[in-house]
Amino acid sequence: MLELRDVQTYYGNIQALKGISLKVNQGEVVTLIGSNGAGKTTTLRTIQGLNRPRYGTILFEGKALETLPTDTIVRLGISQSPEGRLVFPRMTVRENLEMGAFSRSDKEGIAQDMERALNLFPRLRERLAQKAGTLSGGEQQMLAIGRALMARPRLLLLDEPSMGLAPMLVEQIFQTVIEINEQGTTVLLVEQNARMALAVADRGYVLQTGRIVLEDTGPNLLRSETVRKAYLGEH
Amino acid sequence: MATTSPTVRTGSALPRWARNLALTLLILYIVLLVGPIAGLDAPRIWQSIAAEPKTLVQVALVGLANGSIIAIIALGYTLVYGIIELINFAHADVFMLTAFMSLTVLGAIGVDQKSSSGQIFVGVLVALVVAVLFGALLNASIERLAYRRLRNAPRLAPLISAIGVSFILQNLGLFWGGLRIIFPVMGVNAAAPKTFPQLLPEGILFQDGPIIFRQKDLIIILASVAFMIALRLFVQYTRLGKAMRATAQNRDAAKIMGINVDTVIAFTFLLGGGLAGVAGLLVGLYNGTIVFNMGLTAGLRAFTAAVLGGIGNITGAMLGGFLIGLLAAFSDVYFSSRWTNAWVFAILVVILIFRPLGLLGEAGGEKA
Ligand SMILES: Nc1ncnc2c1ncn2[C@@H]1O[C@H](COP(=O)(O)OP(=O)(O)OP(=O)(O)O)[C@@H](O)[C@H]1O
Ligand SMILES: [Mg+2]
Repeated sequence: MLELRDVQTYYGNIQALKGISLKVNQGEVVTLIGSNGAGKTTTLRTIQGLNRPRYGTILFEGKALETLPTDTIVRLGISQSPEGRLVFPRMTVRENLEMGAFSRSDKEGIAQDMERALNLFPRLRERLAQKAGTLSGGEQQMLAIGRALMARPRLLLLDEPSMGLAPMLVEQIFQTVIEINEQGTTVLLVEQNARMALAVADRGYVLQTGRIVLEDTGPNLLRSETVRKAYLGEH
Repeated sequence: MATTSPTVRTGSALPRWARNLALTLLILYIVLLVGPIAGLDAPRIWQSIAAEPKTLVQVALVGLANGSIIAIIALGYTLVYGIIELINFAHADVFMLTAFMSLTVLGAIGVDQKSSSGQIFVGVLVALVVAVLFGALLNASIERLAYRRLRNAPRLAPLISAIGVSFILQNLGLFWGGLRIIFPVMGVNAAAPKTFPQLLPEGILFQDGPIIFRQKDLIIILASVAFMIALRLFVQYTRLGKAMRATAQNRDAAKIMGINVDTVIAFTFLLGGGLAGVAGLLVGLYNGTIVFNMGLTAGLRAFTAAVLGGIGNITGAMLGGFLIGLLAAFSDVYFSSRWTNAWVFAILVVILIFRPLGLLGEAGGEKA
């Protein structure tokens, strides 16, 4: 479904991605783990055209994305819950969710997806008329994910959905990721919380300073020596 | 942070209240010093108001009418600032050029005071449409040519670019004013104020001593309020309006919603330029003269109005416009018209120092 081939992205002269190649197949949950500054966010931003790769190709269902504008990429079926959530602070929760469906025009479908998002995150239903800027961090995270789902994406990019959340909520968010996937959405999940991410993922990639150093199935990576040492804090 | 003792405050050595006090005293001193020269001496002003209080009412009415034009221009500043945090210095000159365009169109159609009311209506309507389209396209072209490439440059770069465009447009106005061979309405002297045909109904709605309220006063106030309300509704409820708000609040987030941010920004400039077109026609019809450098004063007042109301805030721009209009009218009559711009500037400085968010602006508050 999605394929990156030798993608290299720069910020000015700093090379953040030093040749990333990865694949996400239809129906999978794939995770990309790595520590701070490894290039996870940059990878997702490059896929969506927020940053442009200097070299390499990105194929989505056979279509090259590297030169397409972000709004076209969203219309092709890729949406994202970005790092830092980036909800619209001065819009209500309802308006934020509606913005998520900006690329669509099927009113009924949008209404259905609004219901679905509110069923996944009942907390949001209670706060529909509240300004998003006044939500708690966890609620904003739910809103960011819900908003990304409103695009009815075929591929959902999640950037550290567990960041800064209480353990109970982390559990719930990952549960929701599984649910979303079971409802038919392919997921590319970026996480620092390697244990949880690998537990829900079919396959995983380990990113280290802009390079992929390992790739395997979730369970295998969980058992791998490198991952246990570097990302799960075991010795 | 709330628990730190006053002695360990970081930043300036002086406590905040002392700094504010010092600044206030300084401003007071300046006001007392230059005030009388600028016509600001309280006893005299008080006497003239007491002698003829009705004049004050008349001043307020004039202020409201002029303020409505300032308000429409201020909307253009506020819209653009709200979305890309750029002070579009060229905006007031776009306004000036739309006034020239309006005059040119009216001259070409050939309507004047003596035409029938039907002809006047059609003429004004055509001038309005042309001025709005012209202002919109001009403003959007400026964005495309002078600002877009600088969008990721340091903030000073587009600002300087804007000032440059402002100069170009002023000279364009001067040039246009000299084209009497093609546009006879422009008169003999390129730089001189141009006479605009008086086409608004002058009927007196209310008169009491020096107080005169004419139909054209009412028309202009209603028009500006109507435009503000329409703009608010547009931004609040339409698809494009929502895209504008989203882009204003977080550009990256707007992009990943599938919003074409370039289009939205271009549209914002179209909208602002169109409003400048409305103001350009109205100012000609209302004041009767236009001149190539009128963008300078109009720009200062409208920009101050936008800042006063809370830049980025549509209702604030309107409120600020009326307040600045009132202040200017008051200053013209009771201080000295030569000092009016100085007072407006003083307001701008005071707001930027003490309440940069403006009257209606609040951090995280309503914006574009
Ligand atoms: N806007 C930027 N300008 C310059 N360098 C940047 C910028 N954004 C990221 N970088 C650099 O690119 C590298 C990768 O950053 P990225 O944000 O992709 O990492 P990450 O894996 O998402 O980290 P984290 O887990 O902390 O979110 C880092 O070295 C970072 O310093
Ligand atoms: Mg990151």
